[in-house]
Amino acid sequence: MAEVVTMIQLSPTMEEGLVVGWSKKEGDDVEAGEILAEVETDKAAMEMESFFDGVLLKVLVAAGDSIKVGAPMAIIGDRGEDIAEVLAGLESAPAPVAATAGENEPSKGGSTAVASWNDADAPAAANAIGARSDGRVLSSPLARKLASEAGIPISAISGSGPGGRVVKRDVLAAKEAGVTGAASGRDAAIIPVVATAEDRVVSLSPMRKAIARNLSTAWQAPAFMLTRDFDMANVVVLRKQINDGFKTAGVDNKVSFNDFIIKACARALIDTPDMNVAYGGDHLTMFGSADIGIAVAIDGGLITPVIRAAHTKALSVVSSEARTLAGRAREKKLKPEEYSGATFSISNLGMFGIDHFTAVLNPPAAGILAVGNLRKTPVVAEDGSLVAGTRMSVTLTCDHRAVDGATGARFLQQVAIYLENPALMLA
Amino acid sequence: MAEMLYREALNQALAEEMERDDRVFLMGEEVAEYNGAYKVSQGLLDRFGSKRVIDTPIAELGFVGLGVGAAMGGLIPVVEVMTFNFAILSLDAIVNTAAKTRYMSNGTLSCPMVLRGATGAGGALAAQHSQSLESQYTNIPGLKVVSAATPADAKGLLKSAIRDPDPVIFFEHESLYATKGDVPEGEYVIPLGRGDVKRAGADVTVIAWSRQMRNLMDGVEAMCERTGLDIELIDPRSLRPIDEDLIFESVRKTNRVVIVEEAWGHSSAGAEISDRIQRGCFDYLDAPVTRVSHLEVPMPYSPPLEALVLPNNDRIEAALRSVTYGAAKGGADG
Amino acid sequence: MATQKGKQEGNGKQASASLSDEQLLDLYTEMVNHRRFEESAARSYGMGRIYGFCHLHIGQEAIASGASLAMADGDMMVSAYRIHTMAISRGVTHQEAMDELFGRATGNVGGMGGSMHLFKPDNGFYGGWGLVGQQVPTATGLAFSNKYKENGAVVVCFMGDGAVHQGAIHESLNLASIWSLPIVYIVENNHYGMGTAVDRISSLPPIHRLGAAYDIDHGEFDGMDVLKTYDAISEAFERARSTSRPTFLEAHCSRFRGHSMSDPGKYRTRDQLAEEKSRDPIPTLAQTLVERGLLDDEKISAIDKAAKERMKKVLKAAEEAPWPDASEIHTNVFAEGGTNG
Repeated sequence: MAEVVTMIQLSPTMEEGLVVGWSKKEGDDVEAGEILAEVETDKAAMEMESFFDGVLLKVLVAAGDSIKVGAPMAIIGDRGEDIAEVLAGLESAPAPVAATAGENEPSKGGSTAVASWNDADAPAAANAIGARSDGRVLSSPLARKLASEAGIPISAISGSGPGGRVVKRDVLAAKEAGVTGAASGRDAAIIPVVATAEDRVVSLSPMRKAIARNLSTAWQAPAFMLTRDFDMANVVVLRKQINDGFKTAGVDNKVSFNDFIIKACARALIDTPDMNVAYGGDHLTMFGSADIGIAVAIDGGLITPVIRAAHTKALSVVSSEARTLAGRAREKKLKPEEYSGATFSISNLGMFGIDHFTAVLNPPAAGILAVGNLRKTPVVAEDGSLVAGTRMSVTLTCDHRAVDGATGARFLQQVAIYLENPALMLA
Repeated sequence: MAEMLYREALNQALAEEMERDDRVFLMGEEVAEYNGAYKVSQGLLDRFGSKRVIDTPIAELGFVGLGVGAAMGGLIPVVEVMTFNFAILSLDAIVNTAAKTRYMSNGTLSCPMVLRGATGAGGALAAQHSQSLESQYTNIPGLKVVSAATPADAKGLLKSAIRDPDPVIFFEHESLYATKGDVPEGEYVIPLGRGDVKRAGADVTVIAWSRQMRNLMDGVEAMCERTGLDIELIDPRSLRPIDEDLIFESVRKTNRVVIVEEAWGHSSAGAEISDRIQRGCFDYLDAPVTRVSHLEVPMPYSPPLEALVLPNNDRIEAALRSVTYGAAKGGADG
Repeated sequence: MATQKGKQEGNGKQASASLSDEQLLDLYTEMVNHRRFEESAARSYGMGRIYGFCHLHIGQEAIASGASLAMADGDMMVSAYRIHTMAISRGVTHQEAMDELFGRATGNVGGMGGSMHLFKPDNGFYGGWGLVGQQVPTATGLAFSNKYKENGAVVVCFMGDGAVHQGAIHESLNLASIWSLPIVYIVENNHYGMGTAVDRISSLPPIHRLGAAYDIDHGEFDGMDVLKTYDAISEAFERARSTSRPTFLEAHCSRFRGHSMSDPGKYRTRDQLAEEKSRDPIPTLAQTLVERGLLDDEKISAIDKAAKERMKKVLKAAEEAPWPDASEIHTNVFAEGGTNG
């Protein structure tokens, strides 16, 4: 059987070999181990031995020609053997491409399974980061510099990089879109626009970080909002009666509208136990007590002190507790047990003239009520006439994992009963 | 200009410098009668004789140390180590003696020598013969470290290295000896510490040297095509001293950097460059400096595993996508 | 036995005289297999199936087989990178060795080591090292551990003639002597360190006299004759076992091939090579065995044919053997559970 002699690899870096000359000519006898040709590699000229016994039937490469490692050089076989078939096979065979070519080719393994610790770690790591929960705006140094030059607060730019990182192209896009710094929460009426001040980067206080972390978590809960108005006319009347009464009795107390709302919610929660709950992943906690958190704005943030078992407490007690807790909150003297574990929360921005807003859940409680200001508003009376009414808008944010729309609505209905008939709360 | 092989360019530099200055001599394993394990010293024995082209025993500490002494004695030795894997044995002479001679003697002595030889993975040579140890030398004050990617650089840098008054560690890649390129004839000297823009580009800076730079040069147009990025190739050529200015200029233009290093990345020359960039170009970076280097393992023998340990196009392009935030073909932003 | 520092001239015993007919025939068969294995490796390298460096032991097979036969259970062999035959003599199968050369998962060390780095410590083969001379201090340390543990084991450590000028070897010899370590150092003097004739770069010839400088018994033997090899190494082993003294031996031998596959071998003439080949250890042993009536032409040819058949199968299986899985890259950088951060 004729054997094909191929250009052998003689060094690790050799890709092709130059046939310097043949030591045998066609028709010569060849023994395995005999020198067949001289081959020049990338390193040196070497003698190439035959691996086969037989007769050199055909020389395929002329002296002076260079061929790839693995390419056919000659055919050795028995004298007189027909090599037509072998030659035909060589012609149809694909040219060797590399020394390692073979049927059992080394797999060119994918790089994904074995990425180094240091290369291109950004995609994986960035995905892991996801939306930053500490509220920090991720941005490249270049993006910050460009944004600063363009007068655009980095926080006003949405980032397209990993984890929402603001990168150069985002700043350029924002510039293009005309984003400016006006949306950054400065109150033009109060801060006069004198010469532009440098943007400052202020590091986060621990409280700010905690707020950011908690609210980011809360934000991930599927929530829905229910908005309705309450007729507060009766609360206005009753509140005046009570406060006048305190004055007459020489009691140093004063109930606020918010105290009424706290009390009303507490009662309504007991009446609507499905609303007084917390979602726990694989369970629901049904609270036995209505512990109401009241959002208090303080220097550098906000905090939610809790009035325990508000449903059991007289309005005057709720009132004095709320006042004490808010005072201690502003002095930052609250103990953790005083501001955690609310089963429901209330956030009231009425004093800022806010008519209506929505609040973010205060976990783990499944509900928070956003309370707007009391306002005089024309209302259509039962007889169809327009009269001046006293209304207050509230929006209830509910954790939909724990509470459904109807439950929330029923709860608000119950709150309405108490606020529109406040004497019930005294009963 | 003449087209020649990398090994021929080195040969030419050696011959020209030996011609120019008779203090220059070549010494090492198989450099004379065998004409060099990688044929770099082809013909030099015949031309310069056995006084100046000297075969040594396999005794790296001995003959490298001897070179250090000869340099101190007023000669200019070019000491060839067959590969830098073997030069590990000579580190006492290099690190403890050559690098410290001028300093410890308060300038009364010097050590103008070149230690040169093959580095890198030559192809399935397994763990002990596939190392790139440039970074280890860059950590030593008193040593200059040079690495040439092309025949022209090889010639110009080797001539400078031989003329340098201090010890220079000169790395030649085992897989580059048979590569071709145009080389200026005659006096052609590249100052040490001067990098080179191998391709100008606008979108991303890729820093590499030696064989990795050569691979990038050969494949960069296709890589630009595949990634849709206009890649700038920067070859520092000297790893110590390093051409900070050139690197910074490029980074300030492109804002993104990928460093490709045929070596382990832990505490490496690439890490040093990365550190300098973050300090020198902090406000210009639009993405973290990203490095592609060996997987952190000794080199396995089996070719498919070796291919995974070495930097490759897949990994380099993943890094390019990462620093450009996925800007793919057609999606590259300025 | 009193230690006499000086030249090992032969202790009057010929260990080989007590080898059984079966052992002699096995020895012959093993050497023929070595030869065919190495030839198969050469051919496969030429075909691009073996990668990197490939150093063949063709011509020096008697040293591997003779030394291995002299070893007892627990003894250790350490060598440099011309080791296929040594590893096989110490029990690495032809298939495991060839698969390793092919870089396959089924290789002796799973494709991680290749031609230069074979290991079988459970049968006394401790590698397989690529840097010239580095194995010598390591082997000396193995001998130290054996003496420390008082387990009676002896280490045989090979090095090439090109290695003996490495400082580490001189330092090792001194340590072995001052601490009386049970080790047999053997220089395989094939007269060329790569392409450099040993007398061009050595002040030593005869190399074995290096032992005298360190007060170590030393000697030389014909490494082309497996029985003389066995005798000389056995004597040194006995010295190590009974007196815990090292021995430094020089084996005169020839490698019929280049230093590695990429060595053109221009440094010796064809006549020189032909002369060296006339001392081929395989026909030399065959002749002895024919004279003893253990072999005849027919048996010789049958043994050779079987070896060729065996290697054919080995090559085919190696060709079909699986490549290592990519996940293997990160194993064994440290012990399991270690981190590589």
